[in-house]
Amino acid sequence: MKKATRFKPRVDIIETLSLSELTRFCDTTADWVVRLVDYGVVAPVRTTGPEWEFTPPHIARARKAARLMRDLGLNVAGVALVLDLIDERDALARKLALIEA
Amino acid sequence: MTDTALYQALGVSPDASADDIKRAYRKMARKYHPDVNATPEADAKFKAAGEAYDVLRDPEKRAAYDRYGAKWDQPRPDPAQQQRGAWQGGFAFDESDINPDMFRDFFGQRFGGGARFRQDQHARVDIALEDAVRGARQTLTLQMPQLDDTGHVTMQTRSVDLGIPKGILPGQQLRLTGQGTGGGDLLIEIAFKPHPIYRVEGRDLYVELPVTPWEAALGGKIKMPTPTGTVDLKIPAGAKQGQKLRLRGRGLPAAQKGDLYAVLHIVNPPKLSAKARALYEELAKEQPFNPRAKFGV
Repeated sequence: MKKATRFKPRVDIIETLSLSELTRFCDTTADWVVRLVDYGVVAPVRTTGPEWEFTPPHIARARKAARLMRDLGLNVAGVALVLDLIDERDALARKLALIEA
Repeated sequence: MTDTALYQALGVSPDASADDIKRAYRKMARKYHPDVNATPEADAKFKAAGEAYDVLRDPEKRAAYDRYGAKWDQPRPDPAQQQRGAWQGGFAFDESDINPDMFRDFFGQRFGGGARFRQDQHARVDIALEDAVRGARQTLTLQMPQLDDTGHVTMQTRSVDLGIPKGILPGQQLRLTGQGTGGGDLLIEIAFKPHPIYRVEGRDLYVELPVTPWEAALGGKIKMPTPTGTVDLKIPAGAKQGQKLRLRGRGLPAAQKGDLYAVLHIVNPPKLSAKARALYEELAKEQPFNPRAKFGV
């Protein structure tokens, strides 16, 4: 009998997701992702392949957009504004923290 | 009224109208949404508000809560009260309304009434900066729906042994193939806990490095911390407050290594000795310099 070993699942770092993978990742539709791109919430990297590819910062941002839209009843234009304002607020908070340190 | 905790979670009185409850919930959701508010208490407040709203938005559940308090959803002989428990049913949401149970996203709960077997689950994990620098193993405890032997979906607590790869960056996702529900994947978003010394921006690290006025004036080597140990940093003579010095490749050890930036911060000693004071007075005489000349004063 095989010696019992502690089970260790395989872990991969996600480097990029294709449009269809991001759609599944956000539990949404491809149309929704296309609208996020149209509003500049996320942007695909240039690829030579047939499908868009998205990098981790954009993957995290798409998911955040999905959560905010669902939880706060926002539309795509609204979530685009909210995410931009959150980024600006965080940048200002970092600057302020440096000044006050 | 036996229990008013759910009303308190929304900051309304027990006689609040349905509209007041909805408005209070929406306000709480905006203020404490974990994607908007990063303070440690926000997550708990958001969840509490969501759980409270989930009960109080439903007139029948609200009546049961007003009557029985916290144990409102326990089975009772009265058939009129035989409601499904809050988390067992796939209840329908009004799409236009705010969805109160966002935390099912963070903790990967999603119910399809057992119809969808293979499901990815998502979770977010806050790791220490040191774990990203060196790599680490961490045991996660996650609540996630699992299929039992009869094919029913039940919530189960699972422990997952997670290997955190060295060089992981905040916002990156780890995929644990087959560790979701019914053979789906478990996807873990990595976030960093705030660090007392380092601030993380992408793959770069920033450290606020205090220097004395004479170190800034004279320049030279000073000791500074890095995540992998102390190094000597050469600062230029006449260094400025807020000046950024880059240590290439000393940031996060991702595939493309990040840089470490020291941001100089000039600090005076809390108290000058009599001799130091005399030396400063001598310096004031010796070095004519008016930094306010451009103000014309």
